[in-house]
Amino acid sequence: MTGKIKSISNPKISLEILTPEEILRLHTATLDIIEKTGIRFPSKRALDIWEAHGAQVDRETSIVKVPGQIIEDALKLAPPKYSLAARDPAQDLPLDGNHVFLGTDGCGVEVLDIHTGQRRMSAWQDVADIARIGDSLEEIAFHWVAVSAQDYPAKTRGLHELRAIWENSTKHAQTESIYNEREAKAAVEMAAVIAGGKETLRKRPLLSIMQCTAPPLGQDGGSLDAALIGAKAGLPVGFMTMAACLTTAPATLAGTLVVGNAEVISATALIQLAYPGAPVFYAAAQTASDLRTGAYTGGGPEDFLFGAAQNKLADFYNIPISMGSFATGAKEPNWHAGVENSLSTFMASVVMSDMLLGVGLLHGSRIWSYSQMLMDCEIFSIIHKVMQGIVIDDETLALDVIRNVGPGGNFLSQKHTLKHMREIFIPQFMDRRPYNVWEEKHDDGRDWALDKARNILSTHQPEPLDPAVSSELNRIIATVEKG
Amino acid sequence: MQTEDLFKEMAQSITDGESEKAAELAKQSIAMGIDPLDAINKGFVAGVNYVGDQFSCGMMFLPELVMAGEAMKAAVAVLEPELTKRGTERKMLGKVVLCTVEGDIHEIGKTLVGTMLSATGFQVFDMGVDVPVMKIVEKARDVGADIVAMSALLTTTMVHQKDVIEALEDVGLRDKVKVMVGGAPVTQEWVKQIGADGYSEDAIGAARIARQLLGV
Repeated sequence: MTGKIKSISNPKISLEILTPEEILRLHTATLDIIEKTGIRFPSKRALDIWEAHGAQVDRETSIVKVPGQIIEDALKLAPPKYSLAARDPAQDLPLDGNHVFLGTDGCGVEVLDIHTGQRRMSAWQDVADIARIGDSLEEIAFHWVAVSAQDYPAKTRGLHELRAIWENSTKHAQTESIYNEREAKAAVEMAAVIAGGKETLRKRPLLSIMQCTAPPLGQDGGSLDAALIGAKAGLPVGFMTMAACLTTAPATLAGTLVVGNAEVISATALIQLAYPGAPVFYAAAQTASDLRTGAYTGGGPEDFLFGAAQNKLADFYNIPISMGSFATGAKEPNWHAGVENSLSTFMASVVMSDMLLGVGLLHGSRIWSYSQMLMDCEIFSIIHKVMQGIVIDDETLALDVIRNVGPGGNFLSQKHTLKHMREIFIPQFMDRRPYNVWEEKHDDGRDWALDKARNILSTHQPEPLDPAVSSELNRIIATVEKG
Repeated sequence: MQTEDLFKEMAQSITDGESEKAAELAKQSIAMGIDPLDAINKGFVAGVNYVGDQFSCGMMFLPELVMAGEAMKAAVAVLEPELTKRGTERKMLGKVVLCTVEGDIHEIGKTLVGTMLSATGFQVFDMGVDVPVMKIVEKARDVGADIVAMSALLTTTMVHQKDVIEALEDVGLRDKVKVMVGGAPVTQEWVKQIGADGYSEDAIGAARIARQLLGV
């Protein structure tokens, strides 16, 4: 059935992108903004919590000004390590600072159809198919809702999307597409049914919840309420900032980090004030807006720097991070996609981001491509290999073998070679064939990646959800539908 | 100062994106008895055109375009009472009712579209974010809108773009207005599905589409 999950751990490569003094300056600047400029929290519940804890609350504007000490004390309550649970306990994910896990991107609105290649609007079956393929891939550790189930009513769409994932995969689900209290309550209920009760769910969170902030310096009311529901049930909750240079943040990278950090840590602190010790994570996918159009770019050197820098901030606050890497701005799987996804993921991995989001989407997280999904997994595998670095010991120095072969020989028939050759990376989607073979077929990694996806979809059978559980999930969704 | 020099300075204030300077020059022109329409068309608009050209050939960027748009707005705000006093008005390309739909608070793209539309010469009624369906329809009727432009960032709120189109049909306004939609999840297929008239992925494109839709 499902194999073991591939993660980056025990890295031999590291990067100091910011000095401790620089991180402290970013932190101090962030507290200054939260205390004097304030952050908008348009949720009555959130405002009540802030007020009860001594923050200055303006009910008219929903802007909250919080003394730095309150933020710092609240953040100290957050657990530094915990695990994301999976339906199959062998696939639990320890967020302990020594693992980088990969998920799918989300939430796209179109799909390059796996059979016809035609671009079309995304639907529920796509969420299910993507989850099924993700279930079989060792590189995929957890799921986001990859695309929107637009054939379901908006009211319960987020719940049907989760059902699609749980029915097709035994891995952890992290939803980024539930943004109100009503759906969040039902999602918790659904997760509890699968876990076997609310208390089990608290110990084994099969679901985590990711919410977006509303830059600059704001939160979304429904998202806050949904996150509070999740935290109450013991589900890990994270806030992602996408504040971007030029538009929703200053043109400078440092200023953009301050804006994003202020959004993330203020919301994280709120969760800790409401539910001290609740598992939380930092989340970020910052970028620079395009100079010509102001549009989201989904790539570029600024992205790559943010990808590494924000993990250092999360380390400073001692909480796990979910980092937006991949998610190229390219229109199709091409040079542009390869460059952006490799560099963004390398930078986010080299600093050991706990969760990487994610594989498969093109055009700034809008269009799903199965080719891209599989090729992104290969990028992750390459980085996984690079992060292992170079091991120097007697065995790897291989002096005896070098002496045996001596000048002019070759190493192909050495036992040492046989023993170690499988440590050499074997690509799935790089074309290393002779030129004439390529010339004859004119195919490449994109075709092979798509073939592999088609093959998985037609052969892989995920461990099914108990039919009784499945019908209970449907019952919960139906209740929300009627309500 | 000579009138010609004043016009040049006006254009320059727009190019530099200096709102205060532009407003100051507008006041000066009123004091000098210059026709406010001349101040706009011979002075400030030259700056807008220059920035537009520079932008088109890649020499200027979006923030410069936005600042020029804001400077233009500041100048026109000063000149408007004078226009009214003289019983004249600035010829606009059309009226646009603009908003982010109900349940959605994402603002920046919508606001950027508003700036680009005003800079292009449209009269923009920006209703802000989280605007209920019927409020949009009422506003379109009250101002006699030529275009209703709606933004949404979530697939779950995007459905209200369809609701607005249906409501416009219900009150018999649909054939009097063009409907433009925007936001990250909006695609050509969605536009077709809900029967909107146009969409653009970015603000500059939106201004171009608006002109196309009205044939101006």
